[in-house]
Amino acid sequence: MSHPVRDDRQSTHTPGALIAFAWTLVGVPLAYGLYNTVKAASQLFGG
Amino acid sequence: MAVPSFLARERIVARPGFNRWLIPPAALAVHLCIGQAYATSVYKTALVEHFDTSLTAIGIIFSIAIVMLGVSAALFGTWVDRNGPRAAMFTSAVFWVTGFLVGGLGIETGQLWLLYLGYGVLGGIGLGIGYISPVSTLIKWFPDRPGLATGMAIMGFGGGALIASPLSRQLMNYYDPAYDGTAGTVPNGEAVAALFFTLAAVYLVFMMFGAFIVRVPANDWRPAGFDPASVKKKALVTTESVSANNAIKTPQFWLLWTVLFCNVTAGIGILEQAAPMIQDFFRNGETSTVAAATAAGFVGLLSLFNMGGRFVWSSTSDYIGRKPIYMVYLGVGIVLYVVLATLGSTATWIFVLTAAIIISFYGGGFATIPAYLRDLFGTYQVGAIHGRLLTAWSAAGVAGPLIINGVLDTQGTPGQLVAANYRPALFIMVGLLAIGFIANLLVRPVASKWYEPQATTPATARANPERSAAR
Repeated sequence: MSHPVRDDRQSTHTPGALIAFAWTLVGVPLAYGLYNTVKAASQLFGG
Repeated sequence: MAVPSFLARERIVARPGFNRWLIPPAALAVHLCIGQAYATSVYKTALVEHFDTSLTAIGIIFSIAIVMLGVSAALFGTWVDRNGPRAAMFTSAVFWVTGFLVGGLGIETGQLWLLYLGYGVLGGIGLGIGYISPVSTLIKWFPDRPGLATGMAIMGFGGGALIASPLSRQLMNYYDPAYDGTAGTVPNGEAVAALFFTLAAVYLVFMMFGAFIVRVPANDWRPAGFDPASVKKKALVTTESVSANNAIKTPQFWLLWTVLFCNVTAGIGILEQAAPMIQDFFRNGETSTVAAATAAGFVGLLSLFNMGGRFVWSSTSDYIGRKPIYMVYLGVGIVLYVVLATLGSTATWIFVLTAAIIISFYGGGFATIPAYLRDLFGTYQVGAIHGRLLTAWSAAGVAGPLIINGVLDTQGTPGQLVAANYRPALFIMVGLLAIGFIANLLVRPVASKWYEPQATTPATARANPERSAAR
């Protein structure tokens, strides 16, 4: 099967908003997980 | 095997000016989802009760998934390298999500074999393809910092468990209000099935997002200010290319297989037993001075060090080199295991600190290995080589629990064990780390007879992936 090949000589610009959105999308769940784990781990020192 | 055109590698070659910092979140979108594999313990007891079976029968589901991870990563690694990360992430998402759907159906209808087939086999294939899918792409986008790049992605695998554990508890509480997430309450089977269906939907969206935004660099792309000749100046780093079929014929591949196997087996020794282990180390007669809630906190702390070690140590390896960092993982690991075995029961802080650093080395070992492979074999088929090396993980996933559980079975009854009962197992881990240390010490640059001919460009090599296989 042949695929159309993109012309990689044309310049592009990655919008900063897309990068920020992508990092937020993975960062928010990660922060949620970190918060809950730190909360659980704090029992080690508080208990 | 051809892929639909919208998934083809040729469709996702980035044009000049593309910002490479869009690639790590694409990789994380996949690894944060498949990292759920480390959070299966949250519904283990519920499944035992629902199917009215043994813990072993439920534990096998995870074992099948890890074995399938290694097998699929090894079998499909070359396919992943040839077809690119979008096809791989898409395929991984399909398998991973289907695994949850079939598994959920198995729980709903009370058929355990469907759970084995779904989460174990199909999910395991998704795990294997998903785990290696962004690795070679990241290495190519970050030739100046490969350890940082792979550390970020593989950190996501550790992070996936941190997300899935509390999220699963909250969702199961939503589907079964009688379950409140505390010890003593167990969610019903319907709640676990509903959890599976919900996770399937969430993971589908996230993983497809990753597949949608991922790009591969053009063959002649370089980061600004990066001189490829500079990597050649570092010991053990090659600018040559070695195919996956040839890599497995080299002693370097098997030395690194041994290194990964020993490092993972030793780490699993602690991870497997973390909660009961800390209670047993500080047992006084029938009771332990460490409460169950504190033990749960210890497990949480280990998860943090497991994840943090992946990023911190792998990034550090960009500066001090791959071989030296494994000498730290394995050499300092030996010392720490001896400290744990001999002084671990004298003070809680010694036990906790020692175990936490050991687990950070465990995570670091996972995250640094792709960059080590890239140093030795080049970027040409590093994804496929990484996939084949992950069979060491599968083997360690079987060997680690066998060693620790096997030794503890001969030492006494769970709930009555003390620190001394763990010593034989811990000293076996010391021996394993010593073997890994020697294997790492023996790593030398790959012989030039295994290099691909200079005329072979990455593009032509991709078009003829089997060309070098017969050499």
